[in-house]
Amino acid sequence: MKKIMLMSFVLIAALLMGGCGKGKASLTLAGSTAFQPFAEKLADQYMNINPDISVTVQGGGSAVGIQSANSGAAQIGMADLVVLPAEAEGLTATVVAKDGIAIVVNPANKISGLTTEQVRDIFNGKITNWKDVGGINAPITVVSREAGSGTRSSFEEIVGNINLKRDALIQDSNGTIRETVANDANSVGYLSHGLINEKIKALKVDDQECSTEAIIAGNYKLVRPIFLLVKGNLEGEIKKFIDYILSDEGQNTIKADGLLPAK
Amino acid sequence: MRIHPRYTQRGAVVILGGATLLTLVILIFIIVFILEKGLPVLGWNFLTSNPEDMGRSGGIFPTLIGTIILPLIAIIIATPLGVFTSVYLSEYTKETRATKIIRFGTDCLAGIPSIIFGLFGYIFFVITLGMGWSLLAGGLTLAVMILPTIIRTSEEAIRAVPKSYREVSFSLGASSWQTVKKVILPNALPGIVTGVMLSIGRSIGETAAVIFTAGSSLRIPTSLLDSARTMSVHFYILAREGISAENAYGTAAALIIAVLLVNLSAYWLMNRFISKRS
Amino acid sequence: MKLFGEKAVRRILMVTAFSALSGLLLIALFILNEGLPFIFKYGIKEFLFSSDWYPHLGKFGIYPMIVASLWVTLGAMIVGAPLGVFGAIFLSEYTPRPVMKIIKPTIELLAAIPSVVYGFIGVMVLAPIIRANFGGPGLSLLAASIILGIMILPTVISISIDSILAVPQSYREGSYALGATTWQTTHMVTIKASKSGIIASIILGLGRAIGETMAVIMVAGNSVNIPNTPLDSVRTLTANIALEMSYATGMHRQALFATGVVLLIVIIILNSLASVAIRKRMVKR
Repeated sequence: MKKIMLMSFVLIAALLMGGCGKGKASLTLAGSTAFQPFAEKLADQYMNINPDISVTVQGGGSAVGIQSANSGAAQIGMADLVVLPAEAEGLTATVVAKDGIAIVVNPANKISGLTTEQVRDIFNGKITNWKDVGGINAPITVVSREAGSGTRSSFEEIVGNINLKRDALIQDSNGTIRETVANDANSVGYLSHGLINEKIKALKVDDQECSTEAIIAGNYKLVRPIFLLVKGNLEGEIKKFIDYILSDEGQNTIKADGLLPAK
Repeated sequence: MRIHPRYTQRGAVVILGGATLLTLVILIFIIVFILEKGLPVLGWNFLTSNPEDMGRSGGIFPTLIGTIILPLIAIIIATPLGVFTSVYLSEYTKETRATKIIRFGTDCLAGIPSIIFGLFGYIFFVITLGMGWSLLAGGLTLAVMILPTIIRTSEEAIRAVPKSYREVSFSLGASSWQTVKKVILPNALPGIVTGVMLSIGRSIGETAAVIFTAGSSLRIPTSLLDSARTMSVHFYILAREGISAENAYGTAAALIIAVLLVNLSAYWLMNRFISKRS
Repeated sequence: MKLFGEKAVRRILMVTAFSALSGLLLIALFILNEGLPFIFKYGIKEFLFSSDWYPHLGKFGIYPMIVASLWVTLGAMIVGAPLGVFGAIFLSEYTPRPVMKIIKPTIELLAAIPSVVYGFIGVMVLAPIIRANFGGPGLSLLAASIILGIMILPTVISISIDSILAVPQSYREGSYALGATTWQTTHMVTIKASKSGIIASIILGLGRAIGETMAVIMVAGNSVNIPNTPLDSVRTLTANIALEMSYATGMHRQALFATGVVLLIVIIILNSLASVAIRKRMVKR
C-alpha cells in the first residue's frame, strides 16, 4: 500500500517536473471552434519547422477567444464574428481567413436553393412546410447553433431580422449540426462551408452557389472573417506564427481544408 | 369483481418477470450494439497509435493515457481523505451533531450532478487557482466527485470488522491508531479497494465534469498542467461531431470494456470479501 | 518509531473528516457567488418565470428549462420507476437467491456504462424510431425520458432490492401461514413494509435524471421551448449550462451559473427528501 502511494507520488512529481523543466517557448491559441481544426493543423506544421516551440490549441468559441486574449489565458484568441464586440476593442485583430456559411439540408431534399427572404422566414417560423418553398409536403425541422456561437451571430447578422423560432433544435457545434441534418430528412441548418460533406447538401442562396469561387468573387453573401486577436502589438513568437499563417504555405493549408484565404 | 388469487399470482409473475427481462434485454442490447460495431476497429494498433486529423483516422493513444492518469490522480487524492474520514466516523467519535452534519454533507455531495462539478472545477481550479484546463484540475474535480463513494464504502467495510477484533487489540494494550492501522484497515482493505474501483469506473465514464476542467487537447500530456482528453470525452466528440463513426465505435468499445473490467473486478473483490467474512 | 501521537492522529482524522463537507461548501460557495448576484440583479421572478431566453438581447428567462427538466424527470420516472420496482420485486421475491445474486450486479453494471454511450444509443437507435413512427424531429422529450428512464433503472432496482430484502422473513411467513399466495404476500406485506426504501430509490433515481447532462444534450434537441407534446424538443437546466457555457461571457455566463444555482437547490431538496425516506425506514426497523 505504502509502496504504491510512494510510487504514485514519484510519478506525479516526475510529471510535474517534466512540464516545467523543458524550457520550450510555448504559444496557446483559444477560441473559435470553426477555426480550431485549422489552427491545430497549422500548429502541427509550424512545430515541424520550428521544433523549439510548442503551440497548443484550445476550442471554447469566439467569446472565449476574446476573453482569453484579454486575460492572457491564451496569447492568441480566435474569433469568427462579422462584428467584433466591444470587449475586443483593445486587441490587435488580424484577418487570417474567411469562411462561408452554408445553408444545408438533407441530401434527400429536392430543393436546390432559397432566397434570403425564405431563409429568414424559415428560421423565424413563418414558413413551416417545405411545400411553401417548392418542396414536398413535410414540416421543416429548423436546426440552429446555441446563443453565443460566432457562426450563429454571423448568420443572424448577415441574413438580418432573425428572431429564431422557439422549437428550433439547438446544437452546439458545426459537426453536430451536420449530424442532425444528415439524420433528419426534413431538417435545415447552417454551418461552415468547409465542413460540407456527402452527408448533407448545401443550398444556393439568392441563386448563388456556396462555392469557393463564388465566395472569393464576392457573390455569395453569407461570409464572415476569421480574426486572430492579440493583446498589444504583434511581436516575437506570436508575430512569427501569425506571419506563418499568412504566408503562402499557411494560406494554402487553410484553402486545402475548406476555408478561404484572407486576401 | 374479485379475481381469483391464482390468476393475480400468475399475472403478477408475468408482469414482474417481463419487467426484469426487459431490463436485461436493454442492458445486453447496449453492450452488444457497441461491441459489435466497435470490436472490429479495436485492436492493439488502435490503442497504441496517435490519432490523426482530429481522430478521423489513427488510434486513441493519448486518450488512453488521459483515461489512466485522470482517475489515478482522483483516487490518489480522494482515497486517503475518504478512508480517514470513515475511520474517524466509525472509530473515533460517537454519533454527534457534527457526524450527522458530515454524513448529510457526504450524502448531498453524492447527489450533486456532474455538470455542477464541472462548473465548480472550472471556476475554482481552472480559473481561480489558475491551473488552466489540465490533468490536475480535472483530477481534483473528480476527486471531490468520488469522495462520497469512497467514504461510504470504506465506512461499511470498517463497520463490518467484528467488534471482537478491536477488543482483542485493545486488551493487548494497543492504542486506537495502532488498532486502526494493524487490525481494522487490513481487515477492511478489500471493501475499501472495492469502493476505490467503483470510483475509478465512475471517473472513466465521466464526461461533463472532465470536459470543463481537463479540456480536450488531443496531445499526449507531458505534465500535470497539460490539458488532456479521456476516452469518454473523445467518444463524445467523435460521435457528436460526426468525425468518424468507425473510430467512435472503437473508442466506445474500449471504454465499455475498461468500465466493465473495473466494475467486475470490484464485484469479484467484494464477493471474496463477503465470503471470507461469513 | 512514532511519527504522531494519539492526539495528533485524532486531530488529523477530524480535519480530514470535514473534507467532503468542505468540498460541498466550496462548491455551493463558488456556484452561489457566481450565480446569486445575477439572480438578484436580474430579478428572481423574471429569471424563474419568464420564457424569453435571448442572451444576445439580455433576456434570461429559464422557465422553459425548468418546465423541461420537470417533464423529462417525470417522463424518466414513468419509464424507469415501474420497470425498476417490478424488476426489484421479481428478483427479490420470485427468483432463487443464487440467480438474483448474479442478475443484481449485472443490472448494476448498467450504472457503469458512461452516459455518453446512452446518449449515443438514443441518437442512433431511439430518435430515428420515434421520428419514423410518431413524427417530429425525433430528438425530443420522449427520447430523453426513455433514455433517462433506462439510466435510472440500476439505482431504482438496486436500492429497492436492498430494502425489500431487509423486510424480516417472519412477516412473509405470517402471511403464508394465513394462506396467502406469493403475490398477495408481496403486495400486502412486503411492499408495504419496504415502501419508504422503494420511494427513496425512486427519489434518488429522480436526482440522477434531473442532473444528467451529456445524454440529455444528445437526445433532447435542446429547443428553448415549453413542450406541447412528448414529441417536442426541449432543453433542460443541465443542458442549458453545458450547451452555452463554453461561448458565454459577462451576463450570459452569470445567467448560466444562476441556472446552476437553481439546479443545485432542486437537487438538495430531492436528496433531503430521499434521506428522510431512508431514515424513516431505519427508524421503523
